[in-house]
Amino acid sequence: MSELVNKSQRAIAHKGVVKPRKVKKQKSLWWMYLPALIVVSVFIIYPFLNGIRVSFTDWNGFSQTKNWVGLEQYKRMFQDSNTWLVVKNTLLYGIGSTIFQNVIGLLYALLLNKSIRLKSLTRTIIYLPVIISPLVMGYIWYFFFAYQGGALNDVLMLFGLNKINALGNPDVNPWIIVFVNTYQFVGIAMIIYLAGLQSISKDFYEAADIDGASVFQKFKNITLPLLMPAITINVVLNIIGGLKLFDVILALTGGGPGNASQSMSTFMYSLYFSRQDAGYAATQGVLMAFITLVFSLLALAYFKRKEVDA
Amino acid sequence: MKNKERRSRRFFTTVAIVVTLFHLIPFYILITTSLKANNDFSSKWALPSSVHFENFMKAWEQASLGNAFINTAIITAGAALLLIVFGSLAAYPLARMNTRLNKFVYFLFIAIMIIPPLTALVPLYKMVVDMGMMNTHEIAILNNMAAFLPLTIFLYAGFIRSTIPKELEEAAKIDGASTLRIFFKIVFPLLKPITATVLIISCVFIWNDYQFAIFFLQDESVQTLTVALAGFFGQNQSNLNLVASAAIMSMLPMTILFLFLQKYFVAGLSSGSVKG
Repeated sequence: MSELVNKSQRAIAHKGVVKPRKVKKQKSLWWMYLPALIVVSVFIIYPFLNGIRVSFTDWNGFSQTKNWVGLEQYKRMFQDSNTWLVVKNTLLYGIGSTIFQNVIGLLYALLLNKSIRLKSLTRTIIYLPVIISPLVMGYIWYFFFAYQGGALNDVLMLFGLNKINALGNPDVNPWIIVFVNTYQFVGIAMIIYLAGLQSISKDFYEAADIDGASVFQKFKNITLPLLMPAITINVVLNIIGGLKLFDVILALTGGGPGNASQSMSTFMYSLYFSRQDAGYAATQGVLMAFITLVFSLLALAYFKRKEVDA
Repeated sequence: MKNKERRSRRFFTTVAIVVTLFHLIPFYILITTSLKANNDFSSKWALPSSVHFENFMKAWEQASLGNAFINTAIITAGAALLLIVFGSLAAYPLARMNTRLNKFVYFLFIAIMIIPPLTALVPLYKMVVDMGMMNTHEIAILNNMAAFLPLTIFLYAGFIRSTIPKELEEAAKIDGASTLRIFFKIVFPLLKPITATVLIISCVFIWNDYQFAIFFLQDESVQTLTVALAGFFGQNQSNLNLVASAAIMSMLPMTILFLFLQKYFVAGLSSGSVKG
């Protein structure tokens, strides 16, 4: 059988239709990715591994001496009430932003997938904040939420309500950070969902219409399963982005009041630069990498399993 | 039926308009604030009673934005250029040569995306100090490039796998062209659409970078727009008109770039994710 195939292949090859397949050992061409590999090794992999080593020392970040203290910093981390606060915030930023960005992004994509007027203008405006620096975005929303002269309080006073100090309230300001992050990056989720929606064949919906399926049934049984690859990429992107939130927190609340709105990134930053506690900052960094890894892998595994072949 | 269609169209258009207006609120506040007088304490919702364009001039000088623009442009252009060369070069064998080693290296690049850049910060900072590269454009270029290489390689590899026909390269190989020649003469020109995407995405994010800039570019002579703005905001809490003007100027170049090249930006983001 295989001989036959080979023969016919050779015959075709002879006519110049298909070239004969050369069985040759594949080259890696590793030198082509060597420069890229060196750059990431020097500036990401090596410092990351070195950070793990530093997390076992009491290094202050500047002096030449550092003492090996074993698990001391880890013990300290688990006893530090700030750790739990900061982890809680980081998870709120990561998971909260992910949920809002995906739900709202999907709704926007469904809206823009309909035949409506001003479609491309709406899309551009929702997308525009993506290109603005999160720091600037933080300042813009600061104008909105500020206690003195903020736009929000003007509205509240218009209705005879009391002014609120939203940015200074530790129960509220982590949610404001989630809101601003969602506002800024919902456009990415929307674009990816829109592309996903447009790749779904109309035939499925026509067949469902013949069967008399309701709008909700069509969404649940056709749209959602076929959007799974887009959901996977969006959820993973948003989790990674939300967990490492940094600039927008500094701009809106500076992590305060106290440590109330601090994320792991801003907490590490203050440990290293304001408190010269590099060993401990590195320990927090290891925890942060661990949490990011666990959550992105969990999301990846969960949503990958739900993907279907169209 | 026709009537129902028209009604639903009108309904969804209304929803779209409401959503658009909501998303415009921060821009409205930013622009009106930037045009108001220093002593104008009217509501942020109110239009300026008189227009003060001189805020832009004042902010430009006081925040030394000219210098910051030059630094940001050098860093952004340098990193984007290197990203395109190193990234496309790296993606080619990773997309084409399916050896065990390549599979591992590709996986490594993708896995790096999960590491939060700040986790590597503590030793990186020390390393940069020891190398004497603090407050240089070079370190900002290298850091940003390292941070975006995995995404760049991911986008290029996906594009090469899904759209570049192997036959072209094979034909060139038979003609005796070297790998590097094949890459630059045949493959790279075909990568134009994804190169545009990489260029826009990386430019936008590197232009807006604050994390690396605040650690490694503290000196005023090398400070970038975000660092200059943060400093300016710190000193001018009571004069938000100037802060708003400075913020608008800092985001103008990327906004213009985006409005012109939207098509590529959107196409690249969506194709890379849905097909990949």
